[in-house]
Amino acid sequence: MNREKKSPMNRRAAIKWMLTVAASAALAEEQIFGAAVDTPAHRASGYGTDPDLLKSYKPGDLWPLTLTDEQRRTAVALCDTILPADGTSPAASAVGVPEFIDEWISAPYPNHDRDRGVILEGLAWLEAESQRRFGSDFAGLILRQKNSLCEDIAHVATAAPERKKAAQFFKRYRDLTAGGYYTTPEGMKDIGYVGNVPLASFDGPPPEVLRKLGLA
Amino acid sequence: MQSQYDVIIVGSGAGGGQSAYTLTMAGAKVLMLESGRNYDPIKETPMFQIDANAPLRATSTPDKPMGFYDATIDGGWAVPGEPYTNASEDPDRRFTWWRARMLGGRTNHWGRISLRLGPYDFKPHQRDGLGFDWPIAYEDLAPYYDKVEMLVGVFGSNEGLENAPDSSPGVLLPPPKARAAELLAQQRAKKLGMPVVPIHRAVLSVRQDAERLPALLHPGNPKAQRILADAMRSRAACFWATSCGRGCAIKANYQSTTVHLPPALATGNLDIVTGAMVREVAVNDEGKATGVIFIDKATGLEHRAKGRAVVLAASSCDTVRILLNSKSAQFPNGLANANGLVGKYIMDTVGTELAGQIPLLESLPLHNEDGAGGSHVYVPWWLYREQLAGKLGFARGYHIEFHPGRQMPGLGITANLDDITGGSFGRKFKEDARRYYGSFVNFGSRGEMIPNEDSFCELDPVVKDKWGVPVLRFHWKWSDHELRQVTHAQQTFAQLIEAMGGKVRKPPAENPLKAIRPGGNVKHEVGGARMGDSSKSSVTNRWGQTWDVKNLFLGDAASFCSNADKNPTLTIMALAWRMSDHLLEELQRGNLT
Repeated sequence: MNREKKSPMNRRAAIKWMLTVAASAALAEEQIFGAAVDTPAHRASGYGTDPDLLKSYKPGDLWPLTLTDEQRRTAVALCDTILPADGTSPAASAVGVPEFIDEWISAPYPNHDRDRGVILEGLAWLEAESQRRFGSDFAGLILRQKNSLCEDIAHVATAAPERKKAAQFFKRYRDLTAGGYYTTPEGMKDIGYVGNVPLASFDGPPPEVLRKLGLA
Repeated sequence: MQSQYDVIIVGSGAGGGQSAYTLTMAGAKVLMLESGRNYDPIKETPMFQIDANAPLRATSTPDKPMGFYDATIDGGWAVPGEPYTNASEDPDRRFTWWRARMLGGRTNHWGRISLRLGPYDFKPHQRDGLGFDWPIAYEDLAPYYDKVEMLVGVFGSNEGLENAPDSSPGVLLPPPKARAAELLAQQRAKKLGMPVVPIHRAVLSVRQDAERLPALLHPGNPKAQRILADAMRSRAACFWATSCGRGCAIKANYQSTTVHLPPALATGNLDIVTGAMVREVAVNDEGKATGVIFIDKATGLEHRAKGRAVVLAASSCDTVRILLNSKSAQFPNGLANANGLVGKYIMDTVGTELAGQIPLLESLPLHNEDGAGGSHVYVPWWLYREQLAGKLGFARGYHIEFHPGRQMPGLGITANLDDITGGSFGRKFKEDARRYYGSFVNFGSRGEMIPNEDSFCELDPVVKDKWGVPVLRFHWKWSDHELRQVTHAQQTFAQLIEAMGGKVRKPPAENPLKAIRPGGNVKHEVGGARMGDSSKSSVTNRWGQTWDVKNLFLGDAASFCSNADKNPTLTIMALAWRMSDHLLEELQRGNLT
């Protein structure tokens, strides 16, 4: 195995991906999902059992990131399809969620290797499917096209049999995107978390909450 | 380190911390040995940090198994260089062991739930013929529960409930108000006959009364009173933010490093050596302990520390390991193990969880319910009568803890929301996230395990740690009592969720082995060197003093005879205080030399 190459996918998976994209034929999931994805050549160590808890960490501080520019473009577009800006809060990419996902799939821990495979293959599937259906890369699609593509894989239980693996990828990607988003200050505000501030007293739920619950 | 001490204490957690506090306040010269590094919660606690500041949104990794901000340092389910083994490959018979290698041990991260054992809990065998009775009764420990609660600060209320003892007047701090989901559960549990009452936790809901308490705790000892008053004045009340599991820089909750050790050090009677891994207790020709042999982890060199008495409080299984590794011609089976009982009858807490989604809690007006960083209410075991009448099919009870959902969002905050939304994304997902945030409640049971012959630890005949010291090998088996308890708890959670108008996230488990937390997983492992009335059937006497070596004492949960559904830390501290009082008397009487 070539330890020098930069690509996170092995040669076989990469060739499959390109062939599939070029062919624009009906896409067989098996061609992409399950193709082995390499662990990074430069295997970093974790942060250890006694890390500095007071420091603020950014993706890339502790281990090298994975996504190529092309993959990042797809990742950003998918993050923002899942969590677009609205009147209340910014889009996922505006608060660093794609970088978080890159950090996540690059982490030198066993569970992360599994997600690394799912997500790199899923992004490849999304690109191939986008080419097949719309003749464009995913990031270049208009919103209606992106949504139409995602609708087919948005729910594992109802996805067509040939899209089950893509749906499982989408579920994982949505969980990571949303988790990454709602743990930021902007995301916490959006979801309605108003704590993490010192209070002189804890007064329990306000009267309007108690009324709504029939507990007033 | 001096050449000779009155007492050597191994371990700095709840048992070691309390022992050091009691002994040094009374004037004894004490050396404490801690295997982990020094730790200062005031400087090191990540107060207010949000998950986005941490690697991987602060989620669990093999390096930090309870999450990045969990206070545990150099510990977890695996400690590098310090393995343990399991005798069985069967996943249902494996034991998992949580260790911390840091000053204060696991008191830095624990849940602070502080429930007293009740009268039944000390005499379980008398009640149902199972397990073992303690050699002491509730009345023996009650004064020490009062003292510990006053010292560390415990909030809660006296409810006069069966086998959930009240504290003496003026001991408990006021409980915080219940949160929305907790109040809803309280209202709806009533028709199921389940009481929902304030839980007891070692968190200062208000500041301690530094004028009143020191005189009650140390009558006739003005120096101790002065030191304790200063220590109490240095602690702030909870400011209702930041999870207790991170530790507490303002000393609002109990951890050994903020509550026990500072006043003990202020007496001038305590030396602490960290990075000191105790291998064995040293004994002389008369069979008395002369101190301990420890390895300086930084250099790998062996040292001896000498004391007139030794207290092992290394956490129950590590205490067992030290006893078993203290082998000599005189004690070929290890120390205090003439009857072969060391390592036997280890117990954990029985735990299982089920989550529900409660439509009534959707889209509530925004409000802050961080509170005291943990449960404010709980359901104490409520079916004593039905159980006694033989209606439940299992012995011993459990209590229920709640985890309402308006806490600071973590990475899993919307995980599996597609089960409810049918897979929304885009703007609709954002609306769904707002709507469902706070509508999930997680119920967990914490129940009693009955000691059995198949759950024990011993020295592994082959495997050694990085210093060449034999490690523990565990054997584990749940009995039908624990498994039926789990099935009952799962069904009860489902009823409770339904009574709140909600739906379970997944059906209650049909196979309890799939729903029970693995042995050791609740981190309440106790026993292994139980106390008793006779040297034939126990390892220590009613004071925690070993039968075989009278100047050797056990100050942690190793001496537990049963493991009631009351989380063990408060009882560890009460027993350690009582043990230390006895040790002081024995020292003064000259009985230990």
